[in-house]
Amino acid sequence: MSAPENGVNAETVRKIARLSRLHVAEGRLVPLADELNGILGWIEQLNEVDVDGVEPMTSAVDVSAPLRADQITDGGKRDAVLANAPKSDSGFYVVPRSVE
Amino acid sequence: MSDLTNLTLESALTGMASGDFSSEEITRAHIDACMEAADLNAFITTTFEQAMDMAKASDARRAKGEVGKLEGAPLGVKDLFCTEGVKTTAASQILGDFKPPYESTVSANMKADGMVMLGKLNLDEFAMGSSNETSSYGNVVNPWKNGEELVPGGSSGGSAAAVAADICLGATATDTGGSIRQPASFTGTVGIKPTYGRCSRWGIVAFASSLDQAGPIAKTVKDSAILLDSMAGYDPKDSTSLNVDNGDWVNSCGKSIKGLRIGIPKEYTVDGMPTEIQSLWDQGIEWMKDAGAEIVPVSLPHTKYALPAYYIVAPAEASSNLARYDGMRYGARVDGENLNDTYERTRAAGFGPEVQRRIMIGTYVLSAGYYDAYYLRAQKVRTRISEDFKNAWENCDALLTPTCPSAPFAIGRKLNDPITMYLNDIFTVTANLAGLPGISVPAALDQDGLPLGLQIIGKALDEDTVFAAAGALEKAANFTAKPKKWWV
Amino acid sequence: MFTAERVADEKDWMKGETGDWELIIGLEVHAQVSSNAKLFSGAATEYGAEPNTQVSLVDAGMPGMLPVINEFCVEQAVRTGLGLNAQINLFSRFDRKNYFYVDLPQGYQISQFEHPIVGEGEIEIHPEDGDAVKVGIERLHLEQDAGKSVHDLSDDETYVDLNRSGVALMEIVSKPDMRSPEEASAYVDKLRGIVRALGTCDGDMEKGNLRADVNVSVRRPGGELGTRCEIKNVNSLRFIRQAINHEARRQIEIIEAGGTIDQETRLYDSVKNETRSMRSKEDAHDYRYFPDPDLLPLQLEQSFVDNIKATLPELPDARKARFVEEFGIPAYDAGVLTADKVTGDYYETTAKGRDGKIAANWVMGELFGALNKAGIDLADSPVSAENLGGLLDRIADNTISGKIAKTVFEKMFEGGGSADEIIEREGLKQVTDTGAIEAMVQEALDANPAQVEKAKQNPKLLGFFVGQVMKASGGKANPQAVNQILRAKLGL
Repeated sequence: MSAPENGVNAETVRKIARLSRLHVAEGRLVPLADELNGILGWIEQLNEVDVDGVEPMTSAVDVSAPLRADQITDGGKRDAVLANAPKSDSGFYVVPRSVE
Repeated sequence: MSDLTNLTLESALTGMASGDFSSEEITRAHIDACMEAADLNAFITTTFEQAMDMAKASDARRAKGEVGKLEGAPLGVKDLFCTEGVKTTAASQILGDFKPPYESTVSANMKADGMVMLGKLNLDEFAMGSSNETSSYGNVVNPWKNGEELVPGGSSGGSAAAVAADICLGATATDTGGSIRQPASFTGTVGIKPTYGRCSRWGIVAFASSLDQAGPIAKTVKDSAILLDSMAGYDPKDSTSLNVDNGDWVNSCGKSIKGLRIGIPKEYTVDGMPTEIQSLWDQGIEWMKDAGAEIVPVSLPHTKYALPAYYIVAPAEASSNLARYDGMRYGARVDGENLNDTYERTRAAGFGPEVQRRIMIGTYVLSAGYYDAYYLRAQKVRTRISEDFKNAWENCDALLTPTCPSAPFAIGRKLNDPITMYLNDIFTVTANLAGLPGISVPAALDQDGLPLGLQIIGKALDEDTVFAAAGALEKAANFTAKPKKWWV
Repeated sequence: MFTAERVADEKDWMKGETGDWELIIGLEVHAQVSSNAKLFSGAATEYGAEPNTQVSLVDAGMPGMLPVINEFCVEQAVRTGLGLNAQINLFSRFDRKNYFYVDLPQGYQISQFEHPIVGEGEIEIHPEDGDAVKVGIERLHLEQDAGKSVHDLSDDETYVDLNRSGVALMEIVSKPDMRSPEEASAYVDKLRGIVRALGTCDGDMEKGNLRADVNVSVRRPGGELGTRCEIKNVNSLRFIRQAINHEARRQIEIIEAGGTIDQETRLYDSVKNETRSMRSKEDAHDYRYFPDPDLLPLQLEQSFVDNIKATLPELPDARKARFVEEFGIPAYDAGVLTADKVTGDYYETTAKGRDGKIAANWVMGELFGALNKAGIDLADSPVSAENLGGLLDRIADNTISGKIAKTVFEKMFEGGGSADEIIEREGLKQVTDTGAIEAMVQEALDANPAQVEKAKQNPKLLGFFVGQVMKASGGKANPQAVNQILRAKLGL
């Protein structure tokens, strides 16, 4: 699969802004699409690289994940956990209603 | 007493050890200097009162014979490191008045070693930037001036400016694509990004997890080794932390490099690079030869693809790492009509334009239908870049390159041109992608009297060789210039 | 895309207006790993704690916090994989599943997408009303649970408790190999038995420690596959059957009315017994999975797997076969007695060195009956397996009769102690002294001369005298001895 030649349009920006939970004013969609296309166009030079049979590199550290023992070493710090909350009550975080 | 701020960290530690002055005295001198240097906007938060308490406590410890590696030294901490009870912002509005109930492993190590923390240093928002202009707390001004005000580089611009201006003996920084080395180059300071995994990332606000690495910005190569020796070390709380001992870094700084094979990668010459930088590089090669090193031409054929690969990998990771800033558990919440509207308004108000741009790029390259074309391909290119280095190590022990393709530029000049801005990292980003140690050493002034740095890149975990080569470079360059204190 | 080769038995077809329909069912079961601490943090997993008291800074998604894998959870995933006869992947990796929700503090769930720790496997299920069926396991992967949203503490806000955030789950994905609600619930029941036998999950569905997402579609028997709907978080076997029934019925009605099924996620409402669409998202999910850069790949040594294999307990199917073989009980009884580990252990202790059939009758009869009536779990049974075994010993050695044994059992259930203690205390020991029995027999014969004559003609009437003697002895006379003496005296 190769990157799309024409990149993103206003509708794509609207979609990725929603996935990213970023409010974008209607009038900013096209300018943002232009900006992103500029960057994506520059990135497309990666298509010149032969990556056939190459494994993707996900980390610069080449060892197995370390494992920890199953011990309770944390928790019991509700005050610290809630200390910076915009709103909390009775030990809960309080947030805008998440269901209708 | 004001000359206490001109000291290197090494001499300050010696001075306190021999009783020439106390931590309280040198801390007071630095606090005064910080206050005079407010125009640099290097700090987001100062903690002078706590600093004086820490200094007194340090002096008391010293009186009892307890002396840590950084005992009593007034230092600055990039405001990307969470510091217990001290507001931590990542230079973003989204964190609001966030006061972490915890201390990052790196700053905790330094505090355990006797650090006196002067405050939290300014940076590009979430470390995304190369000029410190994306900070929501205002840009930092480079102490070096050329008629107009210049950027200090980024993202660790506050750290670099503070060290260059002698208002901190040294500072912590982080480097995801060049954020330690580029500002070091722009400010005539030394900055090292160690091997990925040397410094724990626990408690450092994440930008791009597979690339982020902490390191110091310092006045000399040896100072940077002293600082790194305190910062680095295995941390079981970070799964990517390497369980290896620190090297003998402080002593390596003075070691001979006779017989060391220094590779010169031909791909590190780019179009439009000022001739001064090319000639400085040539000069560096001569210096290394004079110090007994063997110069080896090498090829890193995928160098030009490092930056575009980086601009997929880093935003992809960032888009996910920054999802937690949603105004629900901490930080500033902007109420909307419903939950999603609250999320969207909170994040649109809390993140600046560059951060939003990168979140959207990252979201796009990970999204269905584009993952293979962008993200997966970039990770494969990353493998290619890493292989380039492995091949180079067959013939050489370390690389010498310019740190940046340009000298510090005027504030505002590149702000609206993302790609030009991104190109600042063209020589530094390869070390992040491959996880290798890299150091920038100030080498000369350009014709405008602005500092230029040279970079040494080493093999993974071979900071000893990096420090030795950097020490030799520093000695040969004999860079003693200081910015005029126009801000006083 | 999957294929579904097996066609359901005709009895499992659903009748529609236009003909028969076959159900294609696959399940994703979430089983909470029975660990002390969470998958990526050291906070406790205990059920029912005060809100946000079992939350580490990692679980709360604080800036700069990093995950470290709990080794025990990895072991349990491997152990479960072995129990499912599945491929263990020595290389696996954690990925981030990105989406925003108030109980998802990091803005992503750490899961395993491309490289799960366990690959394909297979188990056999035994639906109550049909033959054994093989169900393929697609994969098992580790992932973290989300927190809990509470909507009833405020009218216009949601309260969030992160105690569950980060708790380790094993997601066990089946192939779409089930064809009826009964098969689906038998599958979950079987899985539950396996994880409980392995000790990797307590299988408590009421607490949500084992819950299922059910994928249902319908097709003409053996025909083209239909579009499936996923019913989320069904937490009892009965609800699984009801939800599938309802959902299949709904789909059939739509298709028969000329409509099409939208692939969507639905919720089962057990009160109204219906499924309904979860609030439709304006845009489709795009989880943007990618390898979690905070975690390195999990690379297991074969020896790690081998060590777990060596300590694997006997699984329900193997135990069932052994019970049939060793204790000579019917397969049905063995199935009931191996349904879970506690029952199997109880039975085995009771039956060991005794008559297995009698032991099975007592466990499944008296004991289960009494427990049921009292609403007590077997694990909390007031009669221990040792004591029940002791009771059976006293029957076997004729100390008490089977009838008296029931009395002893009742006393035992009320906390009366061991069989021997009760027999002793209550004086329930059988009278085997022939002299005493002979006297009682004579007494009975003397008191009923008319009956004596009848009995001599018709030995079936002997029971009358046995009854008289037993009554006189308070049930303690050994019935065999009574019979013997009676017959002798009557010259039979």
